[in-house]
Amino acid sequence: MILARVVGTVVATWKDPRLVSNKLLIARPMDPHGKSEGAYLVAVDTVDAGVGETVLIVSGSSARMAAGLKDCPVDAAIVGIVDVVEVAAGD
Amino acid sequence: MQLARVIGDVVVTRKDENLMGVTLLVLQPIAADGSAVGRTLVAVDSMGAGVGETVFFVRGKEASFPFYPTEVPADAGVVGIVDHWDVEP
Repeated sequence: MILARVVGTVVATWKDPRLVSNKLLIARPMDPHGKSEGAYLVAVDTVDAGVGETVLIVSGSSARMAAGLKDCPVDAAIVGIVDVVEVAAGD
Repeated sequence: MQLARVIGDVVVTRKDENLMGVTLLVLQPIAADGSAVGRTLVAVDSMGAGVGETVFFVRGKEASFPFYPTEVPADAGVVGIVDHWDVEP
């Protein structure tokens, strides 16, 4: 999984029927220290996350194992809202 | 599978119900000489690994297999704690 910060929302009227009523958010991956890195991605939100929050994103086929996404055409799902990331000194 | 060093942990209160009770660790993948290589990631842990330890982990849906039959939504998971490793020069 990766850590990411939610930076926006996506509105899509015309989409796969299995995506209807799922909330789509734009997230920017970040390292454990909070520094943004890599490309923005669109993820399905399963935990009621909001813009500005740090979240945990699961990618690939595992994303379909998140609650309510069975058989949905998704490859990224937000499965947690991060409270704290603790990193050992020096890492 | 890949070698990694455990560099931290993640506290997540609001999460997928199948992640309840599962430890989340921050991993830094490492090369054969122990140097950091590539981006950090968050992995589920079924081995009881801790910060500072060297582990190996799987990527993909297989990360959830140690928790079977619970379908843990994870794409990376620690499956072993490394005691030591040797590489032919």
